[in-house]
Amino acid sequence: MQTYQRGKSLGDRVLLAAVIGLALVWLAPIVWVIGLSFKPNEVLMHSTGGILAPPFTLKNYIDILAASSVFSWMLNSTIVAVGQTVLTLLIASLAGYGFARTNFPGRSVLFVLVLAALAVPEQAIIVPLHTMFAAADLHNTYAALIAPRLAFPFGVLLMTQYFRAIPPEIDEAALLDRASRIKIFFRIILPLSIPAQATLGIYTFLHAWNEYFWPLVSATKPAMYTLTVGLASMQTNFAQTEGIGFLMAQAVFAGLPVLILYLFFQRHIIAAVAGGPIK
Amino acid sequence: MAEAEGGIGPSHWTNAAFVAPYMLILLGMLFMPLCLGIWLAFQDYDMLGGWSGGVGIENFQNLLDDRIFRGTVRNTLKFVLMTTPAFVALGLFLALALNNTLRRSALLRAIFFGSSVLSVTIVTLVWRLVYLPDRGLLANALGLFGLPGVDLMTSQVWALPAIAIVTVWWIIGLPMTLFLAGLQQIPPELYEAAALDNAGRWRTLTGITLPSIRRTIVVVAVIEVILQFQLFGQALLITGGGPDNSTRPMVQFIYEAGFRDLQLGFAAAASQVLFALMLIAALAQFWAGRRKGV
Repeated sequence: MQTYQRGKSLGDRVLLAAVIGLALVWLAPIVWVIGLSFKPNEVLMHSTGGILAPPFTLKNYIDILAASSVFSWMLNSTIVAVGQTVLTLLIASLAGYGFARTNFPGRSVLFVLVLAALAVPEQAIIVPLHTMFAAADLHNTYAALIAPRLAFPFGVLLMTQYFRAIPPEIDEAALLDRASRIKIFFRIILPLSIPAQATLGIYTFLHAWNEYFWPLVSATKPAMYTLTVGLASMQTNFAQTEGIGFLMAQAVFAGLPVLILYLFFQRHIIAAVAGGPIK
Repeated sequence: MAEAEGGIGPSHWTNAAFVAPYMLILLGMLFMPLCLGIWLAFQDYDMLGGWSGGVGIENFQNLLDDRIFRGTVRNTLKFVLMTTPAFVALGLFLALALNNTLRRSALLRAIFFGSSVLSVTIVTLVWRLVYLPDRGLLANALGLFGLPGVDLMTSQVWALPAIAIVTVWWIIGLPMTLFLAGLQQIPPELYEAAALDNAGRWRTLTGITLPSIRRTIVVVAVIEVILQFQLFGQALLITGGGPDNSTRPMVQFIYEAGFRDLQLGFAAAASQVLFALMLIAALAQFWAGRRKGV
């Protein structure tokens, strides 16, 4: 930052131009696709140039409202993402409190297990996980779509880290007053952790909403598809399709909820990625 | 000592109730399938024929002999080698350029991060359209210069790099953000000292900034290697693994062996190979970083 205080050098200008140029490259596909989603399919059959020139149409979006399964998939995605978020917040907060602010025999051993879980990728367990859910006859249910990701250790580690930073005197004073642990957690510590809850909640919601591999193998009935899987199932025969505008409208429609979420909660999302909640 | 890194108050087993729900899920949803998967890798087990007993390392031998599997290992390694340096270099460049409090920089950071909130389905939908040989955005852009459209998706040479470009576009926000976090931690005194010495921008960068974030560079490289080994959705949805298997990644092989051909033991063995390669690659990078004194 100090380097910027010397005023605009030639280097500064070149750097800025390069970054702005890159940003335009980053935006171009999205702007283009949004543009196409408002164009009649017949026009797109021949050419996709000139997205700013008429004719425009809302037909692609009306078609979504009328016929496609996008709405029921969106409902499935919402149920799964909200369910996973609420459960993750509850379970990860409880565990984070237990690891950060209580003592019990075997605590450090269990915490090493949580850390070790970070090293296990989804692909290493997806085949046996699928077998387990098949044995329990749970595929094509919301429970199957929600449960596996609850085991991911990120939330527990984030909450443990956050709870550790809260001054220990708070619990100590409450313990002296003979308050129970569970009361201290719900009445005192949990309310203090709302910023971390927001960060973890939005992060979990986004990941659940965007998850692809597990829903692809678990939800095999079209009625149970999530939006991510459902949209993918319609992408076959892409080059021959007569409904490019319709496909693009679906992409925009499906992307809109997360982009709106991103606009509002950008700081929280980036904080979660950078490895810690907003202080 | 126990106080310093431990919790608050006396140790009592009832406190374990706080971690019990998560630990049960962790055991049931992660460690149990992990162990089951390792066991499965040594069994002859397919979903239709059922379990026909242990076969030792036969699944692994079959993998070694499988031309398609060896191809997927090659493709995955190639993809990791294409994307990881790109993520590190471009992520670092963007972080260095945008590490300031200007409004303009905040907007640019938001643009570069924004694409990563989209799902793989939307990203591939968008980019398949961009890559359409006759009407795609790329063809339109080439047309401006009088060049003909190219069909990257049917080229054995270009299909994988094209998927790599999509991937960099999709999730450049992660390395950029990690680098920004690393840059924020450099003590300002270091820059003040450099300014007193009249150090130029290049010397400040190579003498202070880069050495200070060496650890971040290693971390980002390790994270990217681990993430890019898991290439799946982009390849499945953009090329389906083609042309002629030239873009088929290991995860797609696992997916097809396990969920299309229903050969669970075989697929589980392939999963273990992937897991082992990822661990080796990550440990090797950490080790290399440590030897350089990071």
